[in-house]
Amino acid sequence: MDKSPVLRAEGITKRFPGVVANNRVNFDVHAGEIHALLGENGAGKSTLVKILYGFYQPDSGTISLDGRPTPIRSPREARGHGIGLVFQGFTLIPALTVAENVALFLSKLDWYISPKKLAAQIQEASRRYGLELEPKTPVWQLSVGQQQRVELLKLLLTRARVLIFDEPSKVLAPHEVDTLFGIFRDLRNDGYSLVFITHKLREALTCADRITVLRQGQVAGSLNAQDASEEKLVELMFGEPLKEVATRERGSKFGKPILELVDICTRAVGTTPALRQVSLTVHEGEIVGVAGVSGNGQRELGDVILGLIKPTTGKKIFLSQEATAWPPARMIGQGVAFVPEDPLAMAVVPWFSVLENVALLSPKRFSLYGGLGMAWDKARAVARAGFERLGLNPLPERARAASLSGGNLQRLVLVRELSRDYKLVVGLYPTRGLDVRSANAVRQAFLQARAAGKGVLLISEDLSELFALSDRIVVMLRGQIVGEVRPDQTSLTEVGRMMVGVGHG
Amino acid sequence: MNGDWFLSWISGAILYAAPLLYPTVGEVLGQRTGMVNLGLEGLMLLGASTSFALSVRLGNPWVAVFLGAGVGLLANLIYAFLVVKRNASQLATGLALMFFGLGVSALLGKPYVGQMAAALPKYPLLGPRSLLFRYDLLVYVAFLLAALAWVFLFRTRWGLQLRAVGENPAHAYAAGISPARVRLAAACVVGFLAGLGGAQLALGVTQTWSEGMTAGRGFIAIALVIFSRWNPLRAIVGAILFGGAVVLQLQLQARGIGISPFFLDMFPYVLTLFVLLLWGRGVRHTAPASLGRVYFGTEERGG
Repeated sequence: MDKSPVLRAEGITKRFPGVVANNRVNFDVHAGEIHALLGENGAGKSTLVKILYGFYQPDSGTISLDGRPTPIRSPREARGHGIGLVFQGFTLIPALTVAENVALFLSKLDWYISPKKLAAQIQEASRRYGLELEPKTPVWQLSVGQQQRVELLKLLLTRARVLIFDEPSKVLAPHEVDTLFGIFRDLRNDGYSLVFITHKLREALTCADRITVLRQGQVAGSLNAQDASEEKLVELMFGEPLKEVATRERGSKFGKPILELVDICTRAVGTTPALRQVSLTVHEGEIVGVAGVSGNGQRELGDVILGLIKPTTGKKIFLSQEATAWPPARMIGQGVAFVPEDPLAMAVVPWFSVLENVALLSPKRFSLYGGLGMAWDKARAVARAGFERLGLNPLPERARAASLSGGNLQRLVLVRELSRDYKLVVGLYPTRGLDVRSANAVRQAFLQARAAGKGVLLISEDLSELFALSDRIVVMLRGQIVGEVRPDQTSLTEVGRMMVGVGHG
Repeated sequence: MNGDWFLSWISGAILYAAPLLYPTVGEVLGQRTGMVNLGLEGLMLLGASTSFALSVRLGNPWVAVFLGAGVGLLANLIYAFLVVKRNASQLATGLALMFFGLGVSALLGKPYVGQMAAALPKYPLLGPRSLLFRYDLLVYVAFLLAALAWVFLFRTRWGLQLRAVGENPAHAYAAGISPARVRLAAACVVGFLAGLGGAQLALGVTQTWSEGMTAGRGFIAIALVIFSRWNPLRAIVGAILFGGAVVLQLQLQARGIGISPFFLDMFPYVLTLFVLLLWGRGVRHTAPASLGRVYFGTEERGG
């Protein structure tokens, strides 16, 4: 390409207390190009795109647009220059409707907002790209996957030339990722510049024209997609080759049932699906996988098990005791470890430190003098042992949870939950947002739990993960369990078909 | 009880609603940006005393009213500066502002206690011969203002941006809005409307000045904001309800009913508490999410 890049960043350095997030990073993107930014968790990808979007100011380095040095002092300026960013944690406002959230980002909005006109505009764009969004729905009623579509819609309706996505596939089901990448390609062909962050090699290889790999805040390498291969990228990302997660023999002898759900139904709230006649049993020493496109009742299933929502009919039996009406505190106390879908909102107190969050759920275990003090040393030891057992790099104990990246938050929650004395672990997308190595460590931890006779309910969209780990897989669609299979007797495509409701053949 | 009595009650309720509606609508806008201002009472008193004093001096109630509102605006800039620029606690700043207004208004108004000021002219709604439903222009404007505020909040770009700031300033910032600027502007409106409410109370309703004459209306306005669920149109209902309670209490006193006047004085406030009690459910979901929180800017998350 002989034209100068649309956007070029040179020698970008950004320090945060204790870390150099970006160290003399060079990065550029041309018109009509998809550029993947690849790297492990904490490699500095998010920081880099936030600098390009003016959300952070670099400590040094320059950014040029169309070859002219242009400082970007705020997101507003970035948007003025035609740069749009979809954040990893979305920037939607839950209390506002889809239409209002989109309108906030429209640069050429009339002073008077006609709800009808706006809705028509949104529906048109939404239909053209198959986003299926109802303009009047408040955003708090949408699933994570739907929320991303709102974010996408926002960029499509603003006249941005450079579209940046911070881990767009993280919240999507496999077939939604394909759709998204299809849209990426259409946009590229229309001359847009696209940048997306990922830590999945396959995504970078299938979708990008060019791939830049970041490692520990520095550019480890940048290559064209046709010159790249999985091995090359892995080498750049980690500096060492990785072992695949071991698939193990599947037993069919399990212990006593730990959790039994019998004909559970719930009431639908807003647009969230209701559970309908869900029956499910998890035995000791068994991993039950729940496959499904997110937003088909998985969150509600987890909420029912934890006791956050009460079923309208049906029974929940935990450790042979009727537990239908138990509040979350009792479920947790009796041995449920829970990794929710959105850890920042549901599992941690954002302004508590890592250590405080670890101690949060077991205050009695770490209490001193009958509750008048806290045994922080003990909590620290438990946290350290937890990170070690899971094979994860420990997190800084004093860092506030809110300051952690998505992957690190997920690690914090996993370590805390699996360090307690539990009988059943319920994981909603537990490896989402984790890099390959951490994800494998988590999978190993689930296998260890299984070997120790615990029950595991693994809710995931990663089919290969479900196939590698599960003893049984149930498939959820629109709040119902539409199928139950043994991974060694079925195929990925069949489960995939059940997930989207195409025949059972 | 006869029809006359009822009509005069309605007529009075509307009159007493207006000076409440100004600060309430202002505070709805302010709280929609995430700011609670407990200083409304002080701002109203400042507006009341300065406009009363100016009306006595200048003899022109209109100039006095607007200068009084302007004083409210200026005084609320103290609050705006501390809360927006210095990240001070909204509750503490508001309370300090309330006492500041109480003291300064008493000082300014001292020479004018018991004096007559040029009052705002009245325009009858039902023709020149009816004694009821005669209001000064600002009463009519108050209701119009509430309706306009609704349109502004829910149908204009600026209203949308304002609500976005109140829900999540960081996300609003990401949308290219300056939360600080929006809050400063909102604080100016809050100050102006609170001052206007006080001025209208002094020159349109009571037509006298006495120390602490707003009698807690600044706080009632905050209660009405919650009652209205941050919706200016519902604020009208709330203001009339409270205005009606005040008038009812006056009417009962005038009739010499054998209830202690102190107890009757209490009635509108007890009613407010009672309504809030009944109304409290579900408020959590409509309150602006960042209400009362300090916004420190965006550079606090590490990557």
